[in-house]
Amino acid sequence: MTGETPASPPGPLLDIAELAKRFTVGSKQGLLARATSFRKPVAPLPQLHAVDEVSFTIGRGETVGLVGESGCGKSTLVRLINRLLDPTSGSIRLGGAELADFKARDFAANPHRARIQMVFQDAGDSLNPRYTAADAIADPVRRLKKMSGAQLKARIAELADMTGLPRELLQRFPHQLSGGQKARVGIARAIAVEPELLILDEPTAALDVSVQVVILQLLQQLKRELGMSYLFVSHDLNVVRLLCDRVLVMYLGKVVEQGPAAEVFADPKHPYTKALISAIPQAEPEQRVGRLRLGGEPRSPIDPDPTVCRFYGRCPKGTPRCAEEMPLLRPAGPARQVACHFA
Amino acid sequence: MSAVPALAVEDLSVEFRTRSGVVKVLEHVGFSVDKGETVALVGESGSGKSVTAFAVMGILDAAGKVTSGRAMFGGADLLALNEHDLAEQRGRELSMIFQNPRTALNPIRRVGRQIADVLVRHGGATRNDAPRAAIEMLKKVRIPDPERRAEAYPFELSGGMCQRIMIAIALACRPALLIADEPTTGLDVTTQAVIMDLIGELAGEAGMATIFITHDLALAAEYCDRIVVMHAGHIVEAAPARELFAHPRHPYSAKLLAATPGETVSLADMASIPGGLPDLRRTDLPACRYSGRCERRLDECTQPLPQRTMGERHVVACWNPL
Repeated sequence: MTGETPASPPGPLLDIAELAKRFTVGSKQGLLARATSFRKPVAPLPQLHAVDEVSFTIGRGETVGLVGESGCGKSTLVRLINRLLDPTSGSIRLGGAELADFKARDFAANPHRARIQMVFQDAGDSLNPRYTAADAIADPVRRLKKMSGAQLKARIAELADMTGLPRELLQRFPHQLSGGQKARVGIARAIAVEPELLILDEPTAALDVSVQVVILQLLQQLKRELGMSYLFVSHDLNVVRLLCDRVLVMYLGKVVEQGPAAEVFADPKHPYTKALISAIPQAEPEQRVGRLRLGGEPRSPIDPDPTVCRFYGRCPKGTPRCAEEMPLLRPAGPARQVACHFA
Repeated sequence: MSAVPALAVEDLSVEFRTRSGVVKVLEHVGFSVDKGETVALVGESGSGKSVTAFAVMGILDAAGKVTSGRAMFGGADLLALNEHDLAEQRGRELSMIFQNPRTALNPIRRVGRQIADVLVRHGGATRNDAPRAAIEMLKKVRIPDPERRAEAYPFELSGGMCQRIMIAIALACRPALLIADEPTTGLDVTTQAVIMDLIGELAGEAGMATIFITHDLALAAEYCDRIVVMHAGHIVEAAPARELFAHPRHPYSAKLLAATPGETVSLADMASIPGGLPDLRRTDLPACRYSGRCERRLDECTQPLPQRTMGERHVVACWNPL
């Protein structure tokens, strides 16, 4: 890994291939029983398939939206890519470098750490309450770029200007800042180390619409200026539509559809995507084409049957074939992929 | 043409006493909800939406004080009732769905019992038949396998299920007025749609009046008959939902609409609302609390606000409406 230069080799920036994360969940036997049952062969523990063989790419300068309901594995996927969690299998290549082999616990000291940064959901909760805005922004720069003194100070001021945070607010603590200002601090510290990939986890979910617009426009502008790629996680589909070039739709650990944002929104192919788009609140309901509501609850992600479509049971289409054969992600148009037998 | 409304709030003002001074949270708020009608209260955080609901329900924080106004409901003024009479009304005639179902439910009581509690306290059910009625309610809010789910604790259920339990509790005694305070915030869009359909259907069946508090204008427009826009403790505009979307008359409503992501807009076309809410502790608050942020401000704007009628049931509090 040391011989690699981050200076743009061809190909996508991020290449995720067959990435999987399974968590072992509790068994009926107690821990003590398991520890002492050295004679009997122990049945394998149930596995929760949080992310199941997911493959996709993110191009340089591209914004990819990741949508899906809570519990579908969005956050686990993000934590895997961000190297906060170790994958069970699969590869995470960032500009040619394989990141999946590094241990998450050591990754903070890894030279690749600065290349992927993250903006967390609630800036209020993710900032250290005892750090001023300047401390919060300085921390990653000091650690990863080894800057100090006047140079560090100048960098902080520059970042504040870039994110539209008035310099006089830099000495304030998070509780003295408004929601929009805290969001700016969260963005400033993430871009401080000049990442190539910025992961945004619902960056505007805690903000009022009037502030949300400014933050989204700021993100758009920063992307243009700094040439970063974005992975934008959100369940506000209207925001995804505004910001993203391409969308990935996840359902129970699987990517069920992906394609250019405009195409997916105009003509969703997977029944789950259809339901998702049909659920976007609309000021003029009569313009909506077809109304689709999902009944039931999602299937269990624990030891899912590998031959049954994950959406089976909630899907309005559901045929016997869906219970016998798991649909694979296959091309459906020049840049689109869908995992459904009937799309 | 309309009969007596289910709820008529008139001239409601609320103050909060805090260490740093008196905050005038609501000022001269007035609106009404008819039987079977759904009215949305929308606005940014801090605009006074929830305080309005809390004042009507009589569950204001101890620091809050109603300084003027009436809330006429079924011939009585809710704001003048004593705690005992109000407790009789709550649960039976008026009920509320809170924002976060997980924190609003009792974490150490089975959900079926929580529904039964309301039925026993307000619905005249006995302890013996209440569990069966509770299961009926679970069926009504379309919880699969209601017999088993009645035995579950809130932590065993998903967010959408917990919200359905809240709805079941709120609607168990067929109230005449339901206040839903951001009932779908934090839920997935697909779940949100199902929950909103459910509230709408059950409200329609029972001819219930509903106040729906939200910051999502598109959601309000889809599910509500009328929209009341609040800003810094004032009602700035009230109009039928469609009309508000097509022709907002108050500059704030127009800005709010322009900031709402929708289908046809692009990010470059969207505009934020400059400035923030005024400090409500000030003693010299301007008559129009939006005037500090407003681009259409005139000299008249320092005068007490007019209530201008712009069409049928369309009122705007502005000297220079669009």
